[in-house]
Amino acid sequence: MSAAFFVFAPGFWDNEAVHIALVIGAAVAIVTGVVGVFTVMRGQSFAGEALGDIGTTGGSAAALVGAGPLAGFVAVDVLAAAAMELVGVQRVRGRDLATGVVLGAAIGLAALFLYLDTTQGADGGSTVTILFGSIFAISSATIPAVVVLAVLAVAMIVALYRPLLLATVSPEMAAARGIPVRLVGALYLLALALATALAAITIGTILSTALLIGPAATALRLTRRPWRAMFAAAGLGLAATWIGIVLAYDSYHWPPYEHGWPVSFFVVALVFAIYLLSGAVEWARERRA
Amino acid sequence: MFSSFMVNAWEVSGIVAVVAGVVGFFTVMRGSAFAAHAIPNGSFAGAAGASLVGVSTLFGLGVFAFIGALGIGLLGRRGRHDAVTALMLVMMLALGALFVSLNTQYAPEVYSLLFGEVLGISSNAIAPTLILGAVCIAAIAALYRPLMLSSALPEVGEARGIGTFRVELAFLGVLALATAMTVPVVGTLLIFSLMIGAPAAARSLTDRPGVAMALSVVIALAIVWFAIGASYETDWPVGFFVGTGSAAAFVLARLWQVGRERYEQRRVLGSVVA
Repeated sequence: MSAAFFVFAPGFWDNEAVHIALVIGAAVAIVTGVVGVFTVMRGQSFAGEALGDIGTTGGSAAALVGAGPLAGFVAVDVLAAAAMELVGVQRVRGRDLATGVVLGAAIGLAALFLYLDTTQGADGGSTVTILFGSIFAISSATIPAVVVLAVLAVAMIVALYRPLLLATVSPEMAAARGIPVRLVGALYLLALALATALAAITIGTILSTALLIGPAATALRLTRRPWRAMFAAAGLGLAATWIGIVLAYDSYHWPPYEHGWPVSFFVVALVFAIYLLSGAVEWARERRA
Repeated sequence: MFSSFMVNAWEVSGIVAVVAGVVGFFTVMRGSAFAAHAIPNGSFAGAAGASLVGVSTLFGLGVFAFIGALGIGLLGRRGRHDAVTALMLVMMLALGALFVSLNTQYAPEVYSLLFGEVLGISSNAIAPTLILGAVCIAAIAALYRPLMLSSALPEVGEARGIGTFRVELAFLGVLALATAMTVPVVGTLLIFSLMIGAPAAARSLTDRPGVAMALSVVIALAIVWFAIGASYETDWPVGFFVGTGSAAAFVLARLWQVGRERYEQRRVLGSVVA
């Protein structure tokens, strides 16, 4: 029995669900890595987390009207980003409160939609699927939409790169140079909404933050250069997603038998582990210095 | 609406609202909204795990809430605070997802844990809720001065020998305790909106901390009791009314604040002109 056979359980390479998961996982990991570096640098982790959770409202509403979850995630996340911008997410002081109030209201709505989903005959599993994701259940028809949104979000970050970086590091200097800081922030929030929606279909709405923050926070511990951090974050996210998919596929042969462990669990656990490891690396480096 | 099983709901949710109003006041003042979101939300894993190994839900919630509080407090010393909070939260939620998937009978309960199930509260939930609530209030009372000082004027607190880190850790501990008692009633996702909405609304209405705290409790009670009544009448989930009610309270209080400021300005201007 070769080592490759041991790592990749039989049927891994022939399984269509696995192919789709690998493609979507890769696209999403790259987008979240690139967008996430700025989320961490701007201290907007809570906004990212809130947009992820708010996606639940979109996913459950989409299930109610029979649309696909991705459309719901994108629509509601973009709306929520606009709402957060309006109630003052751009100010450092009080923005957690603004985020929190929008998040609370959206979760209340999600509670209602999920309740209506279950009472109106849709299957009761939708709660768990929306919240915790199931990348193996995505149909291949979703791939084009995912790729388009992914390219759009990355293109926005590339186009905004210089003004966004300056507005992040020093808003005063950016304003002095004539950069419309608030507009740049709002556009960034839009890219963040797209990235979060993509992460939500991969690992679920309430876990989407893991892909957004984990690889980016790890990368920013390893390098101070934003460009390098983006590449590193995309690479780390990709590795966590693909290894997670392999492990989840293998887990059908683990106890309890014939019942796989969730992909999202593996992806998040790997992301968390690399973050802790990077902390150890950073600590060792400081000790040596 | 006031039959015997509903009486339990009124009583337990009343205790929850008082605790949420008091603890939430400091959450808003310290700007710990993210921690107040992360700790209850992550403790969901504890409930799912407790059901998997067959121990009490309250115990599982408590253990995971404290692990979350400790993790955020300790890891946050070295890393970026908000990134650490986010990662701690998703790690606990992912464990919750694993526990749920391993325990096939558990899936229907996920919804009530996340969004609350106030109408199914039994009378033997009252005593533990009351005791934990009393401990929370007592802890806040004991910590009142250092909490106030380190929230409002951290530098002065440091100078007086009140360690910011120790106060932060103690506060996260209280948050964890409040989580363990309130989650079974209003759900992991909604205790947060109560803890933010009510005190934020109260702070918009008055500048005096004591009054604001009392007002915060009153608003939280009003939201929760309204939510139970409305949920009973409509059959819609109580979480919907708590979430939207909290946001509505905040928006109304803000409008009131803005209106009052405008009025004051105009009056001052008017007296100057005259």
